[in-house]
Amino acid sequence: MTDTLTPILTKFWDDPQSWTLATYERHDGYKALTRALTMEPQAIIDAVKDSSIRGRGGAGFPTGMKWSFMSPPDGGPRYLVVNADESEPGTCKDIPLMMANPHSLIEGVAISSYAIGCEHAFIYLRGEVVHVYRRLLRAVEEARAAGYLGDNVGGKGVKVDITVHAGAGAYICGEETALLDSLEGRRGQPRLKPPFPGAAGLYARPTSVNNVESIASVPGIILEGSDWFKGMGTEKSTGFGIFSLSGHVTNPGQFEAPLGITMRELIELAGGMRGGRKLKFWTPGGSSTPIFTEEHLDVPLDFDSVAAAGSMLGTRALQVFDETVSVVRAVARWTDFYAHESCGKCTPCREGTWWLRQIMNRIEAGEGTQDDIDKLVDICDNILGRSFCALGDAATSPITSAVKYFREEFEAGMTTPAHELFPPEKSVLFELPAPTTSKESSGMVSA
Amino acid sequence: MAGHDASGHLHVSAESKAPYDEETLARLHVDAAEVISRYPQKRSALLPLLHLVQSVDGYVAGRGVSFCAEVLGLTEAEVSGVATFYTQYKRHPNGDYTVGVCTNTLCAIMGGDLIFDRVSEHLGIGHDETTEDGKITLERVECNAACDYAPVVMANWEFFDNQTPESTIGLVDELRAGADVRPTRGADKVCTFKEVSRVLAGFPDGRADEGVGAGPASLLGLRIAKDHGWVAPEGASGSSNGSSAASSSLTSTSDGKDGSK
Ligand SMILES: Cc1cc2nc3c(=O)[nH]c(=O)nc-3n(C[C@H](O)[C@H](O)[C@H](O)COP(=O)(O)O)c2cc1C
Ligand code: SF4
Ligand code: FES
Repeated sequence: MTDTLTPILTKFWDDPQSWTLATYERHDGYKALTRALTMEPQAIIDAVKDSSIRGRGGAGFPTGMKWSFMSPPDGGPRYLVVNADESEPGTCKDIPLMMANPHSLIEGVAISSYAIGCEHAFIYLRGEVVHVYRRLLRAVEEARAAGYLGDNVGGKGVKVDITVHAGAGAYICGEETALLDSLEGRRGQPRLKPPFPGAAGLYARPTSVNNVESIASVPGIILEGSDWFKGMGTEKSTGFGIFSLSGHVTNPGQFEAPLGITMRELIELAGGMRGGRKLKFWTPGGSSTPIFTEEHLDVPLDFDSVAAAGSMLGTRALQVFDETVSVVRAVARWTDFYAHESCGKCTPCREGTWWLRQIMNRIEAGEGTQDDIDKLVDICDNILGRSFCALGDAATSPITSAVKYFREEFEAGMTTPAHELFPPEKSVLFELPAPTTSKESSGMVSA
Repeated sequence: MAGHDASGHLHVSAESKAPYDEETLARLHVDAAEVISRYPQKRSALLPLLHLVQSVDGYVAGRGVSFCAEVLGLTEAEVSGVATFYTQYKRHPNGDYTVGVCTNTLCAIMGGDLIFDRVSEHLGIGHDETTEDGKITLERVECNAACDYAPVVMANWEFFDNQTPESTIGLVDELRAGADVRPTRGADKVCTFKEVSRVLAGFPDGRADEGVGAGPASLLGLRIAKDHGWVAPEGASGSSNGSSAASSSLTSTSDGKDGSK
């Protein structure tokens, strides 16, 4: 039996200077790269394929397969682009990983680039995390000075360099083709697929876009073997991942565990629910994944089990809300987010999220009309599957799932404002001085 | 769009219509050449160059748009079209410090809404407005990938974790008073908007080694694993991957609730 938690990428985050090359090397850093450079590129792809690792950025597509689907080498450039845009609400694993242990990503980039024949890789980091950008720039500098990057990596004549690029604030740039447009200096709007990035990605060249955690997991697979990786997790969701608990648990935080751990186990590790209150709802993989309730506490958190239970593992962004929280208020705020972040390229999403927002806001204000719930479900039907990219679909997930589990709360929104049914001050994590302060602050509930 | 209305052009103030002085322009050209050299195709330099002109003007001024257009061989309309798409590019002069309260669902409910209201009242400004002394621009921001530290406030894109209305009011007061303020996880002090914009253009400021590697919430699982002796299985390298390298132990508390200052 594997242990409940398996610190691998998080293993030395508590070292005094965990982010430096010296610390990383003390923890076997860059040994995997040295090993990889003795292998044929195809053997690295095969090892990653054999590990069955599925992408850690949300969709769970097998990483090795993505690499082998790239168009074959034609003598021109090929690119690896690391998706470090981490902006899906609730998701908070890549940012701490890059802050505490950036070299695991840099080593992963070096190995992966060598494997797919890329000489110039990019890390696209969201722009709103300046200290993480500093750490990545520094890590690249250190790796270059040590010969782990550059024109003659490890003295083997292999060429790999990395440009770390800061975005400028737009959730949609996490979508891989929007990210590529943004990296080309354009507005970040999704591209029509096909062609897929593997055929025509960055600068219309074969490109693999992979999540931070996917790439940071590659050194372990190379050094410890694909059997080691497969020894953790489930048959179809192999390996480990970082699970991020936030919200109304006693101790929110990061837990690196084999895929397949349950929410019940994780909440227990997090010290249970805040003040012994009852769990009301939670997201398994960020706001874009349908919400779960208490009845899903024992669903193994692997790709297939979560899908079978009606949601998605997504980014393992476990946002926990207790009984003090209005599900209508939570969903209304997520809906604001999707309307705000819709890139405007396609009609169902651009118009649909605008309407969803109007309706959610009036239900939250207790001013919903008789047919608002039907209208919500109807609009969601018209967005789902008809949008140009997955953001449109994502906008419908919180609404349809919340209506499914908590319809009566939406009905109550025809007469009673959410802040009367669920006073917001009961949900906050800090002590409030006097009960009167909350009464007047009507601004609290309307965004 | 992504957060903006579709009005297209940037607001251009009179002051920004004056051309850059010779020295500034020369320096911008040197920096721009460095940025462009990082990419196989020069248009890719546009996002960092917009951060760069913000580091000079404190927002994307008309002359910044012209500069980017000129060095990249784009039209000004093309540059404006990109600048208006992204929320970090400012259309009017920004304060020295952007204070962004996360009001996405998780943080909002954990207290972010209340923090925003209280700070807004305290400063007498609303979302995307700047105090009269030009010090603070207040914003509601979306999830900043720190939900385990909710409620979260960002000051010039540095993390202030586990905030309360009082702690954030204290933060803005100190920033306005010109004090050095240390983020929970970040550099030793919050740099100015212009300084941070320069870093975001890809010019390191030598502060990478400042601050912590991880906060208490990031380390929670690791600490519990160590307490239980839980490790990852041994792999092919035989160096028992999971076995802890017996170094430092956690000094922080386990509740993840320590304040920012
Ligand atoms: C709106 C939207 C936002 C996304 N944001 C991210 C993100 O921030 N990080 C990420 O890795 N993937 C994100 N994705 C998924 C990417 O499109 C892509 O699937 C992923 O980067 C592939 O990497 P992986 O195979 O390693 O998971 C997003 C997708 C959508 C539709
Ligand atoms: S679904 Fe939304 S975000 Fe995606 S392309 Fe359409 S408008 Fe843009
Ligand atoms: S919701 Fe505020 S940081 Fe994620």
